[in-house]
Amino acid sequence: MRREKIISLCLLLAALSAISGLALITAFIFKEGLPIMMRAGLGKFVLSSDWYPTEGEFGIFPMIAGSLAVTAGAMVIGVVFGLACAVLLTQFAPPRLVAVVKPSIELLAGIPSVVYGFMGVIILVPFIRDTLGPAMVSLHLAPDPGPGLSVLAASIVLGIMVLPTITSISVDALQAVPRSYREGSLALGATEWQTTHRVLLRAGRSGIVAAIILGMGRAVGETMAVIMVAGNTLDVPHSILAPVRTLTSNIALEMGYAAGDHRKALFATGVVLFVIIMILNTIALAVSRRRAGKAVAR
Amino acid sequence: MTKWLLIFAALLVALLVVSFGLGGRKEGALEVIGSTSIEPFAEMLAQEYEKAYPGRYVNVQGGGSTAGIQAAINGIADIGMCSRALKADETGFRDFIIARDGLAIVIHPSNPVSNLTRAQIGKVFAGNITNWRGLGGEDRPIHVISREEGSGTREAFMKLVMGKVRVSRKALTQESNGAVKELVRNDPGAIGYMSLGLAHGLKLVAVDGVAPSTEAALSGKYPLVRPFLFVTRGEPSERAKAFIDYVLSPPAQKLLEQEGLVRAK
Repeated sequence: MRREKIISLCLLLAALSAISGLALITAFIFKEGLPIMMRAGLGKFVLSSDWYPTEGEFGIFPMIAGSLAVTAGAMVIGVVFGLACAVLLTQFAPPRLVAVVKPSIELLAGIPSVVYGFMGVIILVPFIRDTLGPAMVSLHLAPDPGPGLSVLAASIVLGIMVLPTITSISVDALQAVPRSYREGSLALGATEWQTTHRVLLRAGRSGIVAAIILGMGRAVGETMAVIMVAGNTLDVPHSILAPVRTLTSNIALEMGYAAGDHRKALFATGVVLFVIIMILNTIALAVSRRRAGKAVAR
Repeated sequence: MTKWLLIFAALLVALLVVSFGLGGRKEGALEVIGSTSIEPFAEMLAQEYEKAYPGRYVNVQGGGSTAGIQAAINGIADIGMCSRALKADETGFRDFIIARDGLAIVIHPSNPVSNLTRAQIGKVFAGNITNWRGLGGEDRPIHVISREEGSGTREAFMKLVMGKVRVSRKALTQESNGAVKELVRNDPGAIGYMSLGLAHGLKLVAVDGVAPSTEAALSGKYPLVRPFLFVTRGEPSERAKAFIDYVLSPPAQKLLEQEGLVRAK
């Protein structure tokens, strides 16, 4: 009995220290970041495009736009390929292929982000600068070919990085759809493809949405690979071939040097990032709750 | 199964012990932290110093000029490395000019442009000239590459070239000399600035008609020269002094010169 109590106390301590660690980090970021945000004016901080931290001007709008643009691009790539992969793996692929493809996609999650960034710099950036950019300009899809370092490059790299998250959670969601749905649909004369997109994708929708939002969280937060391929300009991107700076890269780029207000402004950048990620996570939580509710109703 | 786990655990413990042991031997190393421009040179000097005086260790880390000064203030570093002049509010330091460095304006080797005035360079980085045609080159957009806010190289560039004018928002920002070099080497439209001692394999633009070289920098003809500083909080400690004296000694200065820097005196 006494032993039980000790064990539960230990577990409680462990849990509390983990949570208080998180709480401390949150409190610290807000304590460091909020005052300067208030001093600069919240509206000005978030909506101004003037980031001259050593001259006391802090406007992070281009970084917010950059983060959103890069994340949106990454999601287009990650969702299209991730979902295609998940459907293939759960519905169409022979088991032997699944046994090879699924682990290799999951392996992608284990590659350090700096490797993705390096591949991006060595292969993707020159390709965009020398081939894709001029081609898009000649098709009037972009005003100028740009330096290769771009929204597009960052989106592609991030899209590949979020693939494992999106694929594996979507696979789980699709596999959780009761077998009877599929069998019922096929028995009614629907083809495989009709069954997949009219029945399975709809039944597994909330799980897939959760996968997408988790992937999005990863894309917003990624730093290293983005610094290497995004170009880090302070301009709001006007095309997908234009370079951008994201919130995370702004912090990482300038952290080593920053002092005084500049350093505080970087913490404030962290606060904005924190809020964005909180919003995404809240949505993810709401969606997965709805899923759980549905399962109970069923 | 358990047996293998045990062996694995034992190996892990052994590894930890060994690594702590090795780490311990380096304890008491002189910490030299700061500018990424000075870092490679300081690393080379540290190696020579350790060779010349067995038993002494120097640990060189990057992080940036401002970080180096911070580290010197906090006492994390025995010596901070700073690749710009100290600012007015950075007081209470002893600074030693260990060498001077030319700031090279670098472009792609295939670029026909070979001479720019400081005014032209300023206009390019301010975003007022956006095509190489405007500088007598090919019809090609200019990709301006700058460094991040707070970098010693950037601050030296701002002071020597830009004055009060801001660098264009459209300028690409890279976080090290190496990243700038990599980008310029591969992009025919690029222009950047970096430490002269590190600018190998790129085309160096003559500034105001003077080609950058250590001789031109030493004689004062080349206009873009900045100091490389070692800073200590107050007077340097004995072992910090020993390293600084070594760095200022003729053989070490000669090494720095061979690497493309300009000697201190």
